[in-house]
Parts: sequence; structure tokens; C-alpha cells
Amino acid sequence: MQKMNIKVKKRLITILLSMLILVIATLLITFNLRDNIIYFYSPTELQEIIIDKKNIIRVGGLVKDGSYKYSEETKIYNFVITDLKNEINVSFVGIIPNLFAENKGVVVEGVAKDSSSITALKVLAKHDENYMPPEVIDALKKNGKWQSE
Amino acid sequence: MYLKIPNHFINIIQAWIPILSLLTLATFSVGLYFALFNSPPDYLQGDSMRIMYVHVPAAWFALASYSFLSFSCIAWFVFRNPNFNLFAKSIAPIGAVFTIIALVTGSIWGKPTWGTWWAWDARLTSMLVLFFLYAAYIMTWQAIANKELAAKISATLGIIGFINIPIIKFSVDWWNTLHQPATISKLSAPSIHISMLTPLMIMTFAYLLFLITLFLIRFKIEILEQKISRAKNI
Repeated sequence: MQKMNIKVKKRLITILLSMLILVIATLLITFNLRDNIIYFYSPTELQEIIIDKKNIIRVGGLVKDGSYKYSEETKIYNFVITDLKNEINVSFVGIIPNLFAENKGVVVEGVAKDSSSITALKVLAKHDENYMPPEVIDALKKNGKWQSE
Repeated sequence: MYLKIPNHFINIIQAWIPILSLLTLATFSVGLYFALFNSPPDYLQGDSMRIMYVHVPAAWFALASYSFLSFSCIAWFVFRNPNFNLFAKSIAPIGAVFTIIALVTGSIWGKPTWGTWWAWDARLTSMLVLFFLYAAYIMTWQAIANKELAAKISATLGIIGFINIPIIKFSVDWWNTLHQPATISKLSAPSIHISMLTPLMIMTFAYLLFLITLFLIRFKIEILEQKISRAKNI
């Protein structure tokens, strides 16, 4: 019985050590590959990176209140993505998703002209984690307690 | 610690399977009634948010099943008792199917909500990796004829794969993802209205019963298969 316990202890230490090494390795990989793992840049992060005009990038944030415009002649949608620090102008031709709205999250995929404007090839609505029935929203709005983020 | 499965255990499992199956069916009926008919639509997403009642519990138990699989593998590695492998082998295909349910329902929800079926963001990609890990675990047992070798390789896989679980869980907090952060977490009040939380909780309970029922069926088969292979060796 005593001998058995020593073996078990040895294996337990082996496995704990290997798991520790595994965790460290994973942390190193994920930290160094951060730029590849993130799905989109925020407008602020976009200021910090070097923009390659050939590459497709994604930028995400909130659609700025009052910035959403559509031109009937050119069929171009224009809006501003903000992270409340920096802003980026988006122009887009195509289909806007149903849940796209001002003050709501959005991710656009396209080619950046410079650090403040992007021509989008695709627009994705980013949903938030809140779930509410419509009647509750109406009640909150009546009481003035509803803040649209 | 030596885990021994008593002989009459199969009879106990056998008796519980029909009871649990009926309970699962009943809970799913109540849960789906609440989820589809007796709960309000979302103020933004409308009725498409109802997919969440199927999607979220499937994803939760896909993660929980893999954690169970990993801990069974660790227990096997430390105590070298083949019975621990039976736990891992029984849960693997169930977890794999739950992962598929989460991926498919998420995709169906993503099209009307985000505007795309799929995005290579950290949450979606790591969830796909989870499916591959399940598949790799199952295939190791199928592919390697030498069961002792198969036990070693599959346990290593099961343990290494565990690193993916915190990555899936926290991907939405660590990196910018298209997938939204968790609605329900222990630290803060859930940002979901009670009229929607109730059906979600019933559905979660239904999934749990479903998981236990399937697990017992699979576990019974694994015990019997082990008995057969031992009888052949004698």
C-alpha cells in the first residue's frame, strides 16, 4: 500500500508539472499571437498599427449617434464607428444587417484608406449580452431609466 | 483509490434509464413550451432569440462534458485504473454532439443577427477546436488496436485538450470577438429579464437530464464491452 502511494504521488506531480508547462506555453502563444486572434481592431487600436492598404482588416465599435446616412444616388451607406475615444468613417455599398442601428455595436470588414476612414466590403451587427422583452424596454423608457449605451 | 464497478451496478443503471428518459422528455416539453410560446420576444432580435434556449445549454454542457472527460483522464493517469477511462469514453460522443448543436444553432442565429453564418473569431474558432478534440479522442480509441496504448494516447489528448476550456470560456473577455460576452455570470446580476431566464433555466435542467440519461446508456455499454473483452482474453 505504501509503495502504491509513492507511485501515485509521483504521477500526480508529473501531471501537475506538465499541466503547468502547458499553461505557460499556451499563455506565451496567445499573448504573442494577440493580433491574429482578435477579430477586429477598435478605432483606437487602429491608430497604433501600421495600415497596409492591400490587406483586409476589421474594425469594430459603436455606430455613432446621428452619423448614419444613405445616399440614394450613389447607393453608398456612410456612418461613423466610435469607441468613445477615436472615430473612423465608414463607407459601404451592399446589404446592411437587420440589427444594425445607431448606438449599437458593429464590425466592418474592408480596406482602410488611412487611420480614420475605411471602405467596408461587409458590415456585421455585433449583438450585446442584454435580453429584454419589448414591454420592459417601453416601461423603462417611460420612467426615463433606460440608457441606450 | 481503486475504482471498482460492482456487478449489480448494471441492473441499477438499467432501472434508472427509463425513469430518466421520461423525466427528460417531460422537462423538455415544459421547457420548449415556455421557450417557444410562453415567453416574450427580445426587443431587438425578436423571435430569433428563442434559438438561445437551445444554443446556450448545449454550449454549457459541451464544456462541462469535456471538463469531466479531462478529469477522468487525469484520474486514469494517476491511479491507472481502467474504469476511469469508461467515464471518459462514455461522455465523449455526447459532448461532441452537444458541441455540434451549439455550433449549428449559433450559426443559424448568427445569419439574421450578425449578418453572417460564420466568423473566425476566438469564441467560434475555439468551439470548433473543441469539436475536433472530442473527435480526436473518440478516433484514438477506434484507431489503435492495442488498448493499453490507446488508453495512454487518448488520456494525453484528453488532458492537453483541457487548456481549450478556459480559452473558450474567457475568449469573449480576453479578445475582441464578434460573439457577445456572457449574459449570465456568477459575479454580477444576469442581464436577462426574468421572463426569459425562467425558460432558459428549465431548458438547462432538461439538457442536464438528457446528458445524464445518455451518459448512463453509454456507460452501461462500455461496462458490458469491457466485460466481453476480458472474457475473450481469459
